[in-house]
Amino acid sequence: MNVLVILIPVSLILGAVGLVAFIWTVRNDQYDDEKGNAARILLDDD
Amino acid sequence: MTAACPACATGAMPQDMDTGPGLQFSLPDIHCAACIGKIERGLASITGVTAVRVNLSLKRLTVGGPVDPARIESALRDLGFEAYPLDLEALTTARDTVGRGLMTRMAVAGFAMMNVMLLSVAVWSGAADATRDMFHLISAAITLPVIAYAAQPFFQNGWTALRVGRLNMDVPISLAIVLAAGMSLYETLNGGEHAYFDAAISLTFFLLIGRFMDHRTRSAARSAAKELTALEVQTAQKIVGGTASTIAVSALAIGDLISVATGARVPVDGVLLSDHALMDRSFLTGESAAVDVAQNANLQAGEINVAAPLMLRATAVGADTTLRRMAAMVETAENSRNKYTAMADRAAQFYAPAVHLLALSAFVGWMLINGDVRHALNVAIATLIITCPCALGLAVPAVSTAAISRLFSLGYLVKHATALERLAEVTRVVFDKTGTLSMPSVTLPDDFSDVERSVAKALAQASHHPLSRALEKVLGDSAAADLDTISEIAGQGVVAHWNGQEVRLGRGAWLGADFDDMGLRIGNAAPRRIAASETPRPGVRSALARLDLPAEIVTGDAAGPAQRFADDLGIGVRADVRPEAKLAYLQQLASQGERVLMVGDGLNDTAALAAAHASIAPASALDASRSASDIVVLKDSFEDLPMLLRISRMACHLSQQNFAIAAIYNGVSIPLAIAGYATPLAAALAMSISSITVLLNSQRIRFSK
Repeated sequence: MNVLVILIPVSLILGAVGLVAFIWTVRNDQYDDEKGNAARILLDDD
Repeated sequence: MTAACPACATGAMPQDMDTGPGLQFSLPDIHCAACIGKIERGLASITGVTAVRVNLSLKRLTVGGPVDPARIESALRDLGFEAYPLDLEALTTARDTVGRGLMTRMAVAGFAMMNVMLLSVAVWSGAADATRDMFHLISAAITLPVIAYAAQPFFQNGWTALRVGRLNMDVPISLAIVLAAGMSLYETLNGGEHAYFDAAISLTFFLLIGRFMDHRTRSAARSAAKELTALEVQTAQKIVGGTASTIAVSALAIGDLISVATGARVPVDGVLLSDHALMDRSFLTGESAAVDVAQNANLQAGEINVAAPLMLRATAVGADTTLRRMAAMVETAENSRNKYTAMADRAAQFYAPAVHLLALSAFVGWMLINGDVRHALNVAIATLIITCPCALGLAVPAVSTAAISRLFSLGYLVKHATALERLAEVTRVVFDKTGTLSMPSVTLPDDFSDVERSVAKALAQASHHPLSRALEKVLGDSAAADLDTISEIAGQGVVAHWNGQEVRLGRGAWLGADFDDMGLRIGNAAPRRIAASETPRPGVRSALARLDLPAEIVTGDAAGPAQRFADDLGIGVRADVRPEAKLAYLQQLASQGERVLMVGDGLNDTAALAAAHASIAPASALDASRSASDIVVLKDSFEDLPMLLRISRMACHLSQQNFAIAAIYNGVSIPLAIAGYATPLAAALAMSISSITVLLNSQRIRFSK
C-alpha cells in the first residue's frame, strides 16, 4: 500500500494542473462563443 | 469632459462614437459557419473597418475602426441579414462577472468531486481502518475549503431568504451541504465508518451546473434586450441667439427653444413655433396616418417629425413629460407582475419545510428508539442529502435553459425569469395594430411606367414620411432618377426637378388632383394616384391562423382603418382606445379570470404591456415598451408566435414532470434513509441518477415541434 504515498499526490497534482488550465481558459475569454468556435473550423480562410 | 469647455465636450461626442472601441450589432438571423464567413469577408472590404468579429452564440457582431454605423447596417442588409445596433455605453459596463464566477466555482467543485470520488470508490470497495481514515482525511482536506468557496452562492441566497423569514430551495441545500460536511468531519476524526464528503461536494457541483446554465442563457438574452439602442432621444438641438448647440435632453429647461430635424423625435413636450408640421404619432397613439399640426399646437415627447425641420418651445421637461408619466404608469403596473411566484419557489415553499420536518423527525425518532445521538444525527443527515434537492434544484433551470436557447435561435429574447411560466398560462391574446401587426404600404397602379417608378423612387428617398418609406420598399430595386433641387413642403409633399420638368410626390389636392391619397405628378402630365393601405407584417396571417387562443386587436387608431384591417385578418377589433383605456380593458379582462398576452410596440401600449399577464414587443418598439415586456422579438416577423406558446407550455409541462421524477426517487429513498439503511454510496447513486434523469428529460424540449 506504500505506493499510495506516491499515487495520491500524483493524482491530486494532475487534477490541479487541469483545474489551473481551465481557470486560465476562463480568464482568457475562451467560453464567450462556443457555437462560433465550433463553426469556424469549417471556414476555409482566416 | 472638462467643465472649462462645455461646448467642446458635447461637440466631441459623435467623434468618440465613430472611433471608439467599436460598434456592436445584434444579428438574429445568423446560424452557421457560412454566415460568419460571409459577414466577416463582406464587411472587411469596407473602408475604415479594422476588425470584424462575429459571435455566433450571442448572435452579435463587433466592428472596429472609424466607420459610420449606418454604412455597416446597410452593408449587412445587402448581405441579407437583419441587424440591430446595440448601445455601446451599456455594453462596456456589462461584463459578466457573475457568470465567470459561477463557471470558476463549477470548475473547482468539479475538480474536487473527481478527486473525492476517486477516494470514495476505494472506501466503498472495502478500504478499512487506517487506510479508510486516511482517505477520509484527504477527502476532508479537499472538500472543506472547496465547499467554503464554491457553495457561496447557495449560502448567500439561503441566508437572504432566512433573514426575511422565508424559505427557498437554497435553505435545505445549504443545510444539507454544511451538515453533511460537518458531520463527516466529526466522523472522520473519530474513526467513523461513513463520511458524506462525496455527497456534499457532488451536490454542490450538480447544483452549480444548474445555476450556471440558468445564468448564462438568461443573461445573454437580457443584456441583448437592454442594449438595443434606445430609440428615445438623448440629445437635443437648443437654439440660443440664433445658433443651435447640442445639449443633453436632461439639461433642457421650460421655455427653451428647440429645433427638431426631419426624421428626428421630439425630445420634450412643447408648443410648435413653426407655421405647421407633420408628425408621426403612431408610437404614442397608434394612429396610422401622420398628423398635421398648426402653429401653437402642443407636441408630445416621442413624436417623429416627418416633414421639414421645426421649432418648438419646451413646456414640460424631465419627469413632467408625457413620456415619463407613461413610464410611471408602467412602474405601478409592473409591481403586480413581481408578485407572481415562480414554479420553483412554489415547490420550495412546500418542499423545504417538508424536508426539514422529515430530517428532524428521523432524528427525534432514532433518539427515542436507542438514544444514540451520533447514529440519530447520521440518519437525519442521510435523509437531508438523499431527498434529492439536487434534482429539484435542476428541475426548472434545466428546462428553462433549453427552452430559452431554443427560443433565442428562433429570434425571441426571453427577458423575464418567470416569462415562460406565465406565457404557458395565457388564455387570450391582445394585439396592438399599428407597428405591431401592420405596416404602412402603398398600392401602385398597374400601368406605372419605368420612368414613373424611377422618379417616384428618387422623390420617396428624399422624404421621411412613413408612406414615402413604404413606397420606397414597394419600388424595390428600381433605379432612382437623378433629381435637382429637391425640397420638402411641410404637410404637402416633395418637389424636385427632373430633365427640366417639375416633379412632385405628395397629397392629391396639392398636385391638383381630385383624390386624397398620395400621388405622383411629372411635369404637366395627369397626376397618378398611389393608394395608401396597411398590410399585415410578414407572418402575421399564418401566425393568427395557427394560434389556438382567442385573439383581438385593441388599437388607438380610428375605427375605419382599424375595422378594415381586422376584417382582412378575420379577428375582432376595438378602435379608438386611449392608453389608459387599454390598461383598464386589460384589467377588466384579468378580473374576469382571463390571463392576457399583450403584443404591442408603442408608447400607448407600454402600460398595457406591463399590466398584462405576459407581454411581447418587437425589437423596433420604443425603449420603454421593450423594457416593460417579457419577451422581445428580434425578427421582423411574428410567424413563430404559436411556436413560442407551444414551447413555453411544453417547458412548464417538462418542469412538472421533473418534479414528479424527483418525487418518485424520494418516495423510494426516503424510507430507506429514515430506516437507517442509507450509506454514502446509496446517497451518491440516488443523487447522480435523479439529476441525470432530470437533465435528460429537460433536453426533450429541443425536439418539440
